[in-house]
Amino acid sequence: MFYREAGQLKSSYAGDEAIFPIVQDRWAMAVLLLFVFGVLPFIGTEYFYQAILIPVMVYSVAAIGLNLLTGYCGQLSLGTGAFMAVGAVACFKLATAFPEMNLIIVFVLSGLVAAGTGLLFGIPSLRIKGFYLAVATLAAQFFLSWLFNKVTWFQNYAPSGTITMPPREVFGFVITGAHASAEARFVFCAIVVTILALAAKNIVRGPIGRSWMAIRDQDIAAELIGYRPFQTKLMAFSVSSFYVGFAGAMAFALWLGSVETAEAFDINQSFQILFMIIIGGLGSILGSFLGAAFIVLMPIILTNVFVGIFDMQAVTAKHIEFIVFGGLIIFFLIVEPQGMARLWQLTKEKLRSWPFPY
Amino acid sequence: MTLKKLTFGLGAAAMMASVTAVDVAVAADQLFIPGLVYRTGAYAPNGVPFANGFKDYITLINERDGGVNGVKLVYEECETGYNTKVGVECYEKMKSKNPVVVIPNSTGITYQLIPKTAVDKIPLLTIGYGRTSAAVGSVFPWVFNYPATYWSQATAVIRYIGNQAGGMDKLKGQKIAHIYHNSAYGKEANPTLKVLAKKYGFKLTLLAVDHPGQEQKATWLQIRRKKPNWIFMSGWGVMNQVAIKEAAANNFPMDHFIGNWWSGSENDVVPAGMGANGYKSATFHPAGSDTKMHADMRKHVYAKGLGAGKESRIGEVLYLRGMINHALVVEAISRAQKKYSVKVPNGDQMRWSFENLTMKDADWKRLGLTGFPNIDVTCNDHEGAKGVLFQQWDAKNKKWNSVSDWVPVMRDIVRPMMEADAAKYAKENNITPRNCS
Repeated sequence: MFYREAGQLKSSYAGDEAIFPIVQDRWAMAVLLLFVFGVLPFIGTEYFYQAILIPVMVYSVAAIGLNLLTGYCGQLSLGTGAFMAVGAVACFKLATAFPEMNLIIVFVLSGLVAAGTGLLFGIPSLRIKGFYLAVATLAAQFFLSWLFNKVTWFQNYAPSGTITMPPREVFGFVITGAHASAEARFVFCAIVVTILALAAKNIVRGPIGRSWMAIRDQDIAAELIGYRPFQTKLMAFSVSSFYVGFAGAMAFALWLGSVETAEAFDINQSFQILFMIIIGGLGSILGSFLGAAFIVLMPIILTNVFVGIFDMQAVTAKHIEFIVFGGLIIFFLIVEPQGMARLWQLTKEKLRSWPFPY
Repeated sequence: MTLKKLTFGLGAAAMMASVTAVDVAVAADQLFIPGLVYRTGAYAPNGVPFANGFKDYITLINERDGGVNGVKLVYEECETGYNTKVGVECYEKMKSKNPVVVIPNSTGITYQLIPKTAVDKIPLLTIGYGRTSAAVGSVFPWVFNYPATYWSQATAVIRYIGNQAGGMDKLKGQKIAHIYHNSAYGKEANPTLKVLAKKYGFKLTLLAVDHPGQEQKATWLQIRRKKPNWIFMSGWGVMNQVAIKEAAANNFPMDHFIGNWWSGSENDVVPAGMGANGYKSATFHPAGSDTKMHADMRKHVYAKGLGAGKESRIGEVLYLRGMINHALVVEAISRAQKKYSVKVPNGDQMRWSFENLTMKDADWKRLGLTGFPNIDVTCNDHEGAKGVLFQQWDAKNKKWNSVSDWVPVMRDIVRPMMEADAAKYAKENNITPRNCS
């Protein structure tokens, strides 16, 4: 009834190529952005920002990054955690070595450092494919983890190997360090996530994204029609690593404040982000957000329900959480193997004919 | 379809519910103590007795004394799984309920919380773990890590080894290996050991064991190659028992194998059976299960069926440490209550209390413990380390026996290192150290 596109005619190329071709979608997006920037910063508690919103946004960026590589270009990677660690360490080194540098530049440079590292570890993808590539990226995970642990220069020779983000401000607002208000960090995160998501959306629907998808769907055919696998795959690796590294820098500077790289960005982190894109939807920017939200929120919601409402012991709640969480993942994969993004698409299709489906 | 709808309905309902969920309300005249514990994950075997000690001591105070000077204690656990990210989430959740103290129970989580608690004005109590340089009270006013830190402990261990070898000058040319958990926790002792190696001329080998520590074949291959005279271990969880089993399998002389105080509980030695006999560990308090505190626990908590664990396990070292943590918290609360004549002290008042928490023999005795070290903190020294005790495992009687007096720490070496590290932290984080003179 409300979600009809009848009568919305495109009269220009720009209109035809819009990200949201349907007016209602554009409105929904505008309302969402207005809500995020106009309402959310004023109503939440610190717990809400620090434990829910900021982690969801950080992981969304990481999931977008992995989705570009795995979902769009078809290269399976298990090194996500390591590239996040690269971003975090680069952010720490840059922020402490150049205290005057603007934090935005620090973040972008951290992303670029991660992109360079990703490029390096993407080279094997030219020779090996599928699961074998996954194993090669696993090497990146373990090697980088080991490197940051072994070479204390990366932590400015801190005896414990923990890196701590010094306080920095952007446009007069303190957004890192312990004195940064949760609201300021949240707004900064939200701005960054909006820009990065928009950029990712435009990359994947442009020529670069199409070349990635061609490689994903049939690499030999893609090569025959003129895409060079070498440039295309490495491009995917570096752009993906930029996003993942950026997410690592955000996780370190805006969310956690101080991290032990080997512990915070371990192999489990890589798997967690892989689960996010599988559950959210491979090859979908929206799916990256949905997946990140699902994986971050579900354990917290389950714990809060069990402990807060049913008054369970924390440990019993944790054990039940493991069971329910695992069950939910299996359930989602059986009901909708293409992820939550596909579910959302189906909902939209149903909405078009609602309330008279026949 | 129906199943799908039902699940989504339930999911949505759960979401709504959790948003509106009101946690255990803490009344204004109650003292809230959060428990960041881990009863799940790779470190649960060590986390469980600790968490039980935590919980039971709160029950004991509420049951025996009716709270602290009549004010009831409210305790709520949050399961961290020894994971720092979850630990931070727990802290944020607990913070809103005005906790009188936060005990993070993990060195990794401590590092996360040090900057946060200073802003939120909540004292951070890390007994025998955490950031060593946080002992410098002028830079870290909100962190307390008595009775001793990892660095002080390392100096005492080297002194003990020296004494066993027949004098500190005999250390020259000796080979000492440090097997450590490859994390912020395990690495803590390394800088001190390096300095000591230079000073006393022993050869130091650093061997890292990655989380969780099940796999140590490579480490022990190194041990076989390098043939160290002494092994010092900073392990936690399953890593300890694996190492002790490996040492036994390699016929390493067990009385030359010394764990730090987190590698010296029953969980670590019992799995190796008779092989662990003679294994030593450092500790900051005498082991025992027959103190008055234990007797009270049996009488007021376990006899009423209120215990968190099994009564047979309350004699364990880690259980005792859990109790000591909360015993000191309760002591600090009652002193703050007295000094400020309030029922529920706020953060600043609790901070004063922790900073002036002198514990003499008589104070310990009042709590039901004997032979405990004096705690004597000052504004600038939040550690107050004097000495470290060594204990040895008697596998036949399944008992830890003290094998040393209080071995003095080398404060002259450790304190300047702490101050340098704290100064670096202050500079990096734009902190102006407060005046402590």
